[in-house]
Order: sequence, then structure tokens, then C-alpha cells
Amino acid sequence: MDTKQLLIEYTLHLADNALILGHRNSEWTGHGPVLEQDIAISNIALDLIGQARNFYQYAAVLSGDGKTEDDFAYHRDSTDFRNCLLVEQPNGDWAQTIIKQFFFSSYQYFFFSRLQQINDQTFAAIAAKSIKEVAYHVRWCSEWVIRLGDGTEESHNRIKTALENNWKFTGELLCPASYEKELSQLGMSVDLFDLQAAFEKKIEEVLSEATLPIPVGKNMIYGGKNGEHSEHLGSLLTEMQFLQRANPGCEW
Amino acid sequence: MKLNNHINHQKIWGLLDQVNDPEVPVLSIVDLGIVRDVQCSELNNTSVTITVTPTYSGCPAMDMIRMQIRMMLLENGFREITIETVLFPAWTTDWMSVTGKQKLKTYGIAPPHALQQVCHTDLFQQEEAIECPLCSSYNTRMISQFGSTACKSLYQCNNCSEPFDYFKCH
Repeated sequence: MDTKQLLIEYTLHLADNALILGHRNSEWTGHGPVLEQDIAISNIALDLIGQARNFYQYAAVLSGDGKTEDDFAYHRDSTDFRNCLLVEQPNGDWAQTIIKQFFFSSYQYFFFSRLQQINDQTFAAIAAKSIKEVAYHVRWCSEWVIRLGDGTEESHNRIKTALENNWKFTGELLCPASYEKELSQLGMSVDLFDLQAAFEKKIEEVLSEATLPIPVGKNMIYGGKNGEHSEHLGSLLTEMQFLQRANPGCEW
Repeated sequence: MKLNNHINHQKIWGLLDQVNDPEVPVLSIVDLGIVRDVQCSELNNTSVTITVTPTYSGCPAMDMIRMQIRMMLLENGFREITIETVLFPAWTTDWMSVTGKQKLKTYGIAPPHALQQVCHTDLFQQEEAIECPLCSSYNTRMISQFGSTACKSLYQCNNCSEPFDYFKCH
């Protein structure tokens, strides 16, 4: 794969991460546990979809073959998507939603702080803009992890179950795919190894405050970054892409 | 020619100041600080390039704002209108005009503080003291850091009970 193709893969990976979690969060709109939190998760959805659009627009520029952001979001099949497995997992209850967002926002925060320093003006600009939004997300979901973990017996058990169910997806966040490795050697992508210490410290701090033990199992599941997805992505795309599949190219 | 260009420039900024943010209609896009540059053509008086930046990545008002800019300029005789969107430097509430902040308060939205208090990731942090736009008391509390639009938080006044939006520092 040439450098341009690697860069497109990488940009799509970043866009897909944000779009899929943004879409998952938007499933809560109108169904949140209380009005304020419905609004909060919808706001986070909006930020993520905005970040996804910025990355897709860049991928469209890079590909230079007339593709638009919509082609990437709506006209690709699940095996073409490069998002991590974590973000496509179903929302489940509020605890499951919160733990997914907590892992992802913590990763994104440290990731964007490094992407800002990459020698690529578009990446640096998207990162500088997004990190301000992600700072709010990290704080919000960290506080929720603590509130639930250090809350009632019911809330503690629910977030503990959610934590144990989703722990296996955290390894992929920091494990580089082949396109990341190759670009990183050229100094064109973030070296995920640089994030590891800060990410783990953040997770440990919040879980400890939340009186939650760090899961012991170290078996991680990988694949999403290379297009090997769980069945959940297919059903998500069926709904998200319905309109464009029924009426290709429609605009309103 | 130079003088004409200057007059044109002033006129365009004046026109842009009449384009309002669709979500906070009391603010013009100039008050909001999202117009970053105006370039007039040296060749004729009807070509212009406007550079804008979004407040938040997912701000749903941007498409409408770009359309309103185009309409305003077309109605006023400009023909070749280019609207560019830049992400860097990232928008900050520091760019909001003093007039804009006054308009917000009159409208019932607490304006962002003059001193940028960048949101950081520290947990359960002490909230900034926000002045109630109705009774001017600082005895207020945050209900939610996410409000009716991406740029606002939800507050309530402990003094007069007024619930209000705070245009949060960013």
C-alpha cells in the first residue's frame, strides 16, 4: 500500500471510530434516563459526528477521486469500516453506555493531545479543535463511572458487570493496526505506545475512586481496525445507511 | 482602487454583522467571532471570499450560517462569493465581542467570562461563579454541563430560582 492509501485508511479509522460511537450515543436521544442526561449524551453524539465529518472530509480530499464524506459514511459495507470493536457494542443499560464512553473518551483525549503534534496541518487542526470537546466528555463520563460505582448496590453491580463485559475491547484502542505502524514509522501517525501510560493511569484513578476493581482477565479481542467486526456493526449500519441505500445520493 | 477596496471591506463586515446565529439569534456571526477573514477582489467590486470557523465540530448551524452569508451578500450586489471553512486556530469564546456578551445577558443567557477558564479533565471541579442574567446574583448552581446547544451549560439561580443557559467558556 502506498503512503497515500495508508493515510486514507488511517483517516477512515479515526472517522469511523467517531461516527459509530456518535451514532450509538444518538440512539439514546429521547430515551435518556433523565432529561439533562439525555441532552448530555446527545451533545456528545453531536460532537463525535462533527469530528467524524472532519475526518471524512479529509479522507475525501486525500482520495481525490470525487468521493464525498457521505460516500464514506453511507456507501461502505461493514468490512470496509475500520472502527474499534468497542464503539460498535450495543448501548445496553446506562452503565454499559457510560463505560464504553469512558474508555473511548480517555483514549481520545490522550490521542488528540499527540495528534496535535503530527506534521499534518489538517490532523493538527482537527485534533486541536476536538480535544477541547473531549475534555468535557472525559470529565462527564468519569464522574458517571464514579457516581455509579460508588453509588448504590444496584448501580455498583451494573457498572461492574459493564466494566467486565467491555474490558476485553480496551486492548484494541492502543494496539496499532498495520497502517498505523507503517505511518508511525514515517512520523505521520500517533505512536499508540506513547499513550499507554497516561491512559492506564487515568483508568486506574477513576476506577479506584469508583471502588471498582480492575478486571483481572488480560484476554483482549481485536479485529475492528482491520474490518473484522462483531455482528452488531451490521445491524447498526442497516439502520444508519437505510435512507441512502433506499434512495442513493439523495439530499434534502 | 485601494480606497474602493477598503470601503467594500467595511461594507462587507457591516453586512456580516446583520447575519445572526440561528441558534442564538440575538448574536451576529461577527459578535460570535466565527468570521475570521474577509478578502475582497482587487479586480472587481463583486467578488469576495469569507473565511469562517465552527464553534464546535458538530455545530449543526454551520450550513445554515454559510447559506445566510451567501444570501446577504447576493442581496447586496456581490456575485462571486466564496465561503471557506477553517478549523485552525480553534474557535474560543475569547473571540466573542463585548457587545455580543452584553446582548447575551439582556437576552437571558449568561455570557462567557472574560478570563478564559479552559475546561480541563479534573473531576468534580469547583464550578465557576456564574452571574444570573435575571437578578445578577452569583449564588447559582450548575444543573448540567451540557445544555440546549453544544456551546451552553444549564444553570439555575439559587436566589430567584431562574433556570438559565450559560454560554460556556471554550
